[in-house]
Amino acid sequence: MIQDLVVYALYIGYAIAVLMTFGLVLTWVERKQAAVMSDRIGANRAYLRIPFTQVRLVCWGLFHGMADGIKMLLKEDFKPRPYDWYAYMVAPWVVFTPVLLVFAVIPFGGTLVPAQFVPALADWFGDRSYPMQIARLDAGLLIVFAFGGVSVIGAMLAGWSSSNKFSLLGALRAGSQMISYELVLGLTLLGLILIYGTVDLDDIVRQQSGTIAGLPAWGIVYQPFAATLFLAAAIAENKRIPFDLPEAESELISGYFTEYSAMKMGLFMFAEFIEIAIIAALFATLFLGGYNLPYMHDGGFAFPGGLAIEMSHRAVVVTQVVVFLAKVFLLCSFQILIRWSLPRFRYDQVLKFAWKFMFPLALANLVVTVLVVWAVNA
Amino acid sequence: MSRPGAPRPSARAGYVRKQYWNEPEMGWWERAYLFEILRGLGITGGVFLRNLGRWMTGRKGALTTYYPEETRPDYAAGNRGKHVLTQRPDGRPQCVACNLCATVCPARVIEIEAAFDLDDPAHPKSPTSFTIDYSRCVFCGLCVEACPEDAIRMDPAVPNLPSADRLSMWLARQELLEWKPALDPAKRYPASRATAEGAR
Repeated sequence: MIQDLVVYALYIGYAIAVLMTFGLVLTWVERKQAAVMSDRIGANRAYLRIPFTQVRLVCWGLFHGMADGIKMLLKEDFKPRPYDWYAYMVAPWVVFTPVLLVFAVIPFGGTLVPAQFVPALADWFGDRSYPMQIARLDAGLLIVFAFGGVSVIGAMLAGWSSSNKFSLLGALRAGSQMISYELVLGLTLLGLILIYGTVDLDDIVRQQSGTIAGLPAWGIVYQPFAATLFLAAAIAENKRIPFDLPEAESELISGYFTEYSAMKMGLFMFAEFIEIAIIAALFATLFLGGYNLPYMHDGGFAFPGGLAIEMSHRAVVVTQVVVFLAKVFLLCSFQILIRWSLPRFRYDQVLKFAWKFMFPLALANLVVTVLVVWAVNA
Repeated sequence: MSRPGAPRPSARAGYVRKQYWNEPEMGWWERAYLFEILRGLGITGGVFLRNLGRWMTGRKGALTTYYPEETRPDYAAGNRGKHVLTQRPDGRPQCVACNLCATVCPARVIEIEAAFDLDDPAHPKSPTSFTIDYSRCVFCGLCVEACPEDAIRMDPAVPNLPSADRLSMWLARQELLEWKPALDPAKRYPASRATAEGAR
């Protein structure tokens, strides 16, 4: 019992540390990548000075995230006279919390057997084993959608309670946009659920370590079309360019969080950056084999030619954790690449894109998948 | 109703007026979004990888400069930068403290205090203090044009001007007299003028 508590406390600490680090580092990655993409130098001014010396650690401007955080904490916490004070105060947390909660069901590694991983504790742990996932729920994917749907409430609350026309407009846009794309998001994944026959994310990842015609049985191999639609819908769900209509700064100042300042505004920004990492983690889990390298499973590698490589438990666990983080980071970088390449849609185009373009395509994808699955099973 | 691109009937028969109009038409390839988006991502991603490779191999992957640690070598010869006070052969400033530059200055950044020196009857008036507030200077060059004595010039470069502190951007007479411009070696008493006066 105590052992379970210790392991899950470690998991939760790891998840929070990873998400916070991603949130902090992505603010820097976004600036630096945008700069390098456009032939500029980018963030390079924030530094840490080693005390009592003149040695300045610039580290390519890596400390800009810290400078941001300190600035947000020290700024004046401006309070407007909002229509609904309670809703105004609670809105940032309603946006921020579900984003963190989604990570609870995402597996960030295979199975951990603490007795093998730390032999010194073998007696205490016995033959217990734990899936590397905070909550192994058989409704995993549904939980993701449930929590994803909550954050729109936060955006609506923020816009409504600010008693500001721009905020209200932003909130209305956020509401209609997020609900439209939520639908597309769900439809794209239905095909995947049909193929894998489960909504348990860990089970989905395990099924992806098999092979199909020599290729790794990743979701993107089964459903390349759904993967593209999912990524587009997820970026729209996260309200980033090219779908950042709710916070289009040239029209709406900052949209639904116009009236927020200091750390409350920082929470909105932080939630957005963490959601980049969450989308990347979801995409990796559903379409790119999760924490596994191609042809890898919990015991090592099994290549289609019949070649198999056994790995020790410790090596497998470390590899899986590192591979998952690497995949998430690369996908985050890809999302930032999209954000700095494409211009913003017009508002009617966003909704038209959702309902007249992506929705029929997702439906068509689903129909084809259903037919193929039916034909294969019959 | 004719299409916007269609040639209109003209007064002169047989003459078809050319219409410089691109039909805003997209084929199915463009309208499918995905392929053109991928092409765009290829361009931006290519630039990213190219610049990243340059940075990682120790070269510079940017067109901009790391100002003020690094300045561009290609300042125009006529660029209006940091001020120079010209000197007489004995090292005193050529300025006669007439206050014309301070008067013409649109940003009012020049402050001059004059002093009399009766030992030099040719140039009895000279500045004891000559201060320029670079935090407000707009580098218009009007002071240079207003000066009747060619006592103030502007060097193309702007060394040591950027600062994190406004008070340290007030440059006084001594600094303006003695800083060494890299590109302007002629910080001397103008020779042509000296000979002209000597001939007179």
